[in-house]
Amino acid sequence: MGAGHAHRLYRHAHSPVHALPPHTKLAAAFAFVIVVVSTPREAVWAFAVYAVLLAAVARTAHVPLTFLLKRLLIEIPFVAFAVLMPFVAQGERVEVLGMSLSVSGLWGAWNVLAKGTLGVATSVLLASTTELRALLLGLQRLKLPPLLVQIASFMIRYGDVITDEMRRMRIARESRGFEASGVRHWGVLAKSAGALFIRSYERGERVHLAMVSRGYAGSMPVIDEVTASRAQWSYAFALPVAALAVCLLGWSL
Amino acid sequence: MHVPDGFINAPVSVAAGVVAAGAVAVSLRGARRELDERIAPLAGLVAAFIFAVQMLNFPVAAGTSGHLLGGALAAILVGPYTGVLCVSVVLLMQGILFADGGLTALGVNISVMAVTTTVVGYAVFRGLVKALPKKRRSVTVSAFVAAALSVPGAALVFTLVYAIGGTTDVPLGRVLTAMVGVHVLIGLGEAAITAFTVGAVIAVRPDLVHGARGLRQKLQLRVGGELVDATPAPEPQLAPALSPSHRTRNVWLTGLAASLVLAGVVSFYASASPDGLEKVAADKGIDAKVEEHAAAGSPLADYGVEGITDGRLSGGLAGVIGVGATVVAGTGVFWAVRKRRTDGTEDTPAAVTSPGASA
Repeated sequence: MGAGHAHRLYRHAHSPVHALPPHTKLAAAFAFVIVVVSTPREAVWAFAVYAVLLAAVARTAHVPLTFLLKRLLIEIPFVAFAVLMPFVAQGERVEVLGMSLSVSGLWGAWNVLAKGTLGVATSVLLASTTELRALLLGLQRLKLPPLLVQIASFMIRYGDVITDEMRRMRIARESRGFEASGVRHWGVLAKSAGALFIRSYERGERVHLAMVSRGYAGSMPVIDEVTASRAQWSYAFALPVAALAVCLLGWSL
Repeated sequence: MHVPDGFINAPVSVAAGVVAAGAVAVSLRGARRELDERIAPLAGLVAAFIFAVQMLNFPVAAGTSGHLLGGALAAILVGPYTGVLCVSVVLLMQGILFADGGLTALGVNISVMAVTTTVVGYAVFRGLVKALPKKRRSVTVSAFVAAALSVPGAALVFTLVYAIGGTTDVPLGRVLTAMVGVHVLIGLGEAAITAFTVGAVIAVRPDLVHGARGLRQKLQLRVGGELVDATPAPEPQLAPALSPSHRTRNVWLTGLAASLVLAGVVSFYASASPDGLEKVAADKGIDAKVEEHAAAGSPLADYGVEGITDGRLSGGLAGVIGVGATVVAGTGVFWAVRKRRTDGTEDTPAAVTSPGASA
């Protein structure tokens, strides 16, 4: 409501990456992450090369680095976990700055941090260069069950509506002087959640009736079939193929 | 609790992906039983609800707050299959769009957070509801216990996955105690919120709570100070079952007869004065510019049959001929459409059912 036509995750631009068909981008992103995850953690330089590759993609897609870094903040909980790891892992220990740290724990922390960060960056790039609807079309094209895609599209379409409804309920609570400060207020919040569920469910029933009255019979018509040429596929797969070369080098060295 | 990329090694991630895909395929099948053809909008909206409610923060104490995971809640409110489906869709979208949880870890995330929480939650819930007396209170109590067990259960499964394919060698015992210990606490919060929420929904719309089906009390009447079971309202008498083709033919014949009567007999007595629009047009002089219709010279022009001088008889005959022509044309169109529809539907069910296997 009141938002623009595109979701806030999407960054509108005209770039070769934006222009690629969604399913090629999805497949390429998945392939890239799989390659990254199967790289040995001792090949530290390989992860640097991956980061450079991703930066190159971001540059072609006109996604500013600050935007990318800001969205990377989502993985902070796991950074905290990774920082703990050298302290709790076993094995031989090294002295760093007067602290006794486990070597394998350090490797583990590095592993999770590097691979996790690259994975998050890939997802962020994918979401900021592909419109939501196109992503769903791409998922359908990649043979995800149509029913699942339909459910996902309804979730995306009404996610903001339901979240806004929740926000309005919060404003209503606060304007009546309610402030949740502890466990004692869970009852009130849970009643809001219950009301939100009833409203969502009833909205779903209304949406279904509206669809039936417009001729819905269980499957959505496919209006725009997305297709990709061989050139587009090879362009999209430049990233994972380059990564695969790096990965193989990493295993052999 | 979203697992990032690189936390579980590649082979185990793939195996978990296969497990998750199987579970989602089974749930798609089961959810269609729970929600029939309303599944897409309803499951979508429930997924949107889960997504929203995960953002609802519950303050714990000075500054810290928790939020709902929603697996057990979804299972109790809309049924286990739909619950698995909704939470899986939420996780899928969080992974792809919000970069919350790694892409390669999607299988692990779905197996742990969608499948385990809903299955454990629902199994415990069902068992308790069966064992406890049939009261509203026992539903909330069962919801509490189910949610309280579902979260440590998920932590346990996560530890198992970690034991098989973890990439760090933190000793297993320590992981187990840390994960389960922390998640017992989280589970208590989840349990309280789930129980409160289920209670709130039951108070308003008990019919919406999947887990509380069969709790509806029998209607009782107070007759002379005593409670008597009301006899259930008689089922509305259905017309004797006719075969569909029989029924359509009856409808068709009745409609035809009614149209013929209306057109042939009633138009006999119909007002000869012009209808509203024609009258307004005539009054305001709009129709000065009206050109004669292209079919004005046809034998049925102006709803009269040429060559028959009696106005009423002519009008009636024109009506009957008009109805006949409309019926013939309409039936032709209907047949054509139905033929195309049956051609079309032959491949739609296949398109809907077959991808379930490739999930």
